[in-house]
Amino acid sequence: MTSWVDLPVLWFGVTVLAWVLFFVLEGFDFGVGFLGPLLGRTDAERGAALRTVGPVWDGNEVWLVAAIGVTFAAFPDWYAALLSGLYLPMIALLLLLAVRGVAIEFRGKHDSASWHRRCDAFLATSSLLLAGTWGAVLGALVTGLALDPGGEVHGGGLSRSLAPILGPWAVLGGFAGVLLTTVHGATFLALRTTGPVRARARRLAVATAPALVVIALALFIAAGHAAVAAAAALLALAAVAAWRGAEALAFAATSVAVAGSVVAVFTAHLADGSWVLLPSTLSSANDVTLRAAAASEGALQLITVAGVVVLPAVVVYQVWSYWVFRQRVSTGPAPRWARPRVPAAR
Amino acid sequence: MSIESLTRLQFAVTTLYHYLFVPLSISLALFTALLQTAHLRVRARTAPGDRAAERYGRLSLLTGKLLMVTFAVGVVTGLVQEFQFGLSWSAFARFYGDVFGPTLAVEGMLAFFLEATFLGLWWFGRDRLPALVHLATIWIVAVGTAISAFVILAANSFMQNPVAYTIDETTGRARLGSFRDLLLNEVNLAAFPHTYAGAVMAGGALVMAVGVWHLLRGGHAVGSEDFAAFRALSRFGAWATLAGGALVAASGDLLGKVITEVQPMKMAAAEGLYETTTGAPFSIFSYAPLGSDRPTFAIEVPGMLSFLAKGSFSAEVLGLKDLQDAYAAQFGAGDYTPWIPVAFWSFRLMIGVGMLAALVALVHLWVTRKSAVLDPDPRLARGILWTLPVLPLLPLFANSFGWIFTETARQPWLVFGLFKTADGVSPGLSFAEVALSLAAFTLVYGALAWAWTLLVTRLVRRGLPELPVPQREDESHDHDTHAVSY
Ligand code: HDD
Ligand code: HEM
Ligand code: HEM
Repeated sequence: MTSWVDLPVLWFGVTVLAWVLFFVLEGFDFGVGFLGPLLGRTDAERGAALRTVGPVWDGNEVWLVAAIGVTFAAFPDWYAALLSGLYLPMIALLLLLAVRGVAIEFRGKHDSASWHRRCDAFLATSSLLLAGTWGAVLGALVTGLALDPGGEVHGGGLSRSLAPILGPWAVLGGFAGVLLTTVHGATFLALRTTGPVRARARRLAVATAPALVVIALALFIAAGHAAVAAAAALLALAAVAAWRGAEALAFAATSVAVAGSVVAVFTAHLADGSWVLLPSTLSSANDVTLRAAAASEGALQLITVAGVVVLPAVVVYQVWSYWVFRQRVSTGPAPRWARPRVPAAR
Repeated sequence: MSIESLTRLQFAVTTLYHYLFVPLSISLALFTALLQTAHLRVRARTAPGDRAAERYGRLSLLTGKLLMVTFAVGVVTGLVQEFQFGLSWSAFARFYGDVFGPTLAVEGMLAFFLEATFLGLWWFGRDRLPALVHLATIWIVAVGTAISAFVILAANSFMQNPVAYTIDETTGRARLGSFRDLLLNEVNLAAFPHTYAGAVMAGGALVMAVGVWHLLRGGHAVGSEDFAAFRALSRFGAWATLAGGALVAASGDLLGKVITEVQPMKMAAAEGLYETTTGAPFSIFSYAPLGSDRPTFAIEVPGMLSFLAKGSFSAEVLGLKDLQDAYAAQFGAGDYTPWIPVAFWSFRLMIGVGMLAALVALVHLWVTRKSAVLDPDPRLARGILWTLPVLPLLPLFANSFGWIFTETARQPWLVFGLFKTADGVSPGLSFAEVALSLAAFTLVYGALAWAWTLLVTRLVRRGLPELPVPQREDESHDHDTHAVSY
């Protein structure tokens, strides 16, 4: 079919958008995951911090399912090369996500201080490691993987898939991931809570943002990617906004900064018009490119139809769910009306 | 052990584990929706505060809590599945990606977003949404689980019976044809009702066990509201198990006939039928010494296999030897016979332990048929309490055995007739990586199972939750709801 739109390019855009949404949405989830237990001094405060993401974290995580699903659907070779080449880091991410999701959901289902404490510990540790590991994986994508002509990484033992996340870009990515998640999570908490948690979150955002601005500016000078400079400017804006009490603006700024960083990584190798999705460190002949990796026209048409019909509805009901839970979460003890009723004596 | 076997073991372990939580999520979502609907209907007809009218609402809160806890494990283990085709089966992902990728993407867009978003709305939205909107959220979750099951089973049905594809001449890879035909694969049309009914049995047996535990051990006075509620729950679960059992048998019969048509080798393996036979029997039990193709001892139902496979007691069923010769002629030299003892026993155990659960449900319905006092002999009661944890495991294991049968008796094929399992493994993968990941999965999944069991036991022991008091208008602006807490 001579299509009126270049489907592989369109789907590259959708794929990047899905990853961006995942990192922006789940980014503040991860932040809340390790900041909540730290900024909340009492059990009630920690519970309240967690309630800011309680209704929405799972919906946010589905953007990961969508992102990896769309990558698979539109570019099977990209999916295969990426995952098999980063085998162990990906397994680590999946296991951390498993521990984290279960810790969030299990925490409130049993009323005991020690149960809450244990869940908080698992939640905070896994969220922090997730922020760092995702950052490292994104950093590794900047360098690329040692792909052979078949799009696979060879080499024995554990180092085959661990080496990519130990390179300099990956380590930098890991640190940047933790810091960025901290600021992003803090602006979200400041926006969504009241009382002491809100004040502490705001202070944390103001304190962390400058460190990130420095990293981003250094990166801009080293690599010259405009998106990175934009991210730096936005983070500075977020710090000022948080300091002045404009929480919504601060959160919007960190959201765009996260989005910009992710876009910078995914488009790092498009610049010269070569459409490289994932470069090979062995030979540029082995790069995974947009044209070669794209699924067939028929498959792309199918997901285009499905996407056009379904995704707008998804966005509408997800926005609605954020609207339903738009009230700030108070950190005081449970109000009287909300306590379970004592059954009538008989 | 070869890297291929280790990778297969990892896939089997993680998938079977995911599928312990899936059937419970599917059925508990349905039960919660049904109970909440019943609650709203009864409440509309009674005075406010009527204890009996709150019964179904309180029950739906209990099944809903079990759902939340189970769903969380289902979600995080499902995420692993989504990645696994690229992690360890990249060669398979490249071959089959054009068919499987869009299927998974559609499932995510269509079903997973619905399930996750609306489950959050249901749990936290109790005090914020109008009653009917709140009811709709849990129904949407229930429908979402069914959609996701249908779509993923279509992907699996392709592997059993490839349809709606072409093979690309230059790359040698499968290409998606009509998506509609892919979804309406005749295997899927039988496998979906079968799997859904199997899920209903699993959830039914779980809530039946919860109800019975409270009747015998919960310390509720006979005639009290909670006693009556748990009696209702146990009978509800038993009816679900029984109805699921009937549907599972009917659809399983249909599925057997479809599979005989598309994969005759699988049904021959299910019986260990070496020679082509007319009026082939079905053995309930059989023992054959290793390496022998003739059992030394067997209890058989004459003609039954012919009936299961072809719908007639005297029909001819092709044997393993003839099929092996036919496949070798068609696909080239090689061993096309699956692992017979696993096929034979997993098929029997699926039917056996699943139907045992249906039988227990029937007995329970009979014993509790009058709204009479349940007053068994104390020794009997103790025995029942001891064996009660096994009850939900029966249909759960039946589900596992069903998958073990379906997937192992398809071997050596990954996609029947098109793509061999041995060709699917990620080419670069090292043994050490898979060994490490398998160890890590075992450890983390083991811990998750332990935490799930601990939490579910606590939730069950705590009894029926009270319905939260509705929020008053004047207080609604400065507090969020703590009725369901975090
Ligand atoms: C017959 C039903 C069925 C089968 C065969 C499978 N699943 Fe599953 N899956 C579900 C039925 C389901 C569900 C009922 O929709 C779940 C279970 C609990 C839940 O949270 O949703 C789910 C969850 C679930 C999730 C998480 C969704 C979320 O984040 O909300 C993913 C990514 C997958 N599955 C993917 C898979 C893959 C790749 C499978 C193939 C190996 C698979 N599932 C087998
Ligand atoms: C939840 C449902 C499923 C269960 C419980 C299940 C179970 C299993 C089991 C037990 C094996 C191991 C068989 C063996 O090693 O001999 C296996 C293999 C496999 N199945 Fe499934 N399966 C499920 C659904 C699917 C789906 C939907 C797909 C893909 C569309 C799939 C793809 C595979 C692959 C790639 C293998 C590896 C090859 C192999 O070891 O045979 N499975 N599955
Ligand atoms: C009269 C009883 C039953 C019959 C005749 C029957 C028949 C079958 C057949 C022929 C298959 C293989 C399908 C394939 O290869 O694709 C199968 C698979 C399966 N069975 Fe059963 N079955 C019965 C009972 C049960 C019970 C009680 C359960 C669970 C509670 C169950 C759960 C499953 C599952 C999960 C699968 C694999 C998924 C699938 O292919 O749909 N079955 N069954």
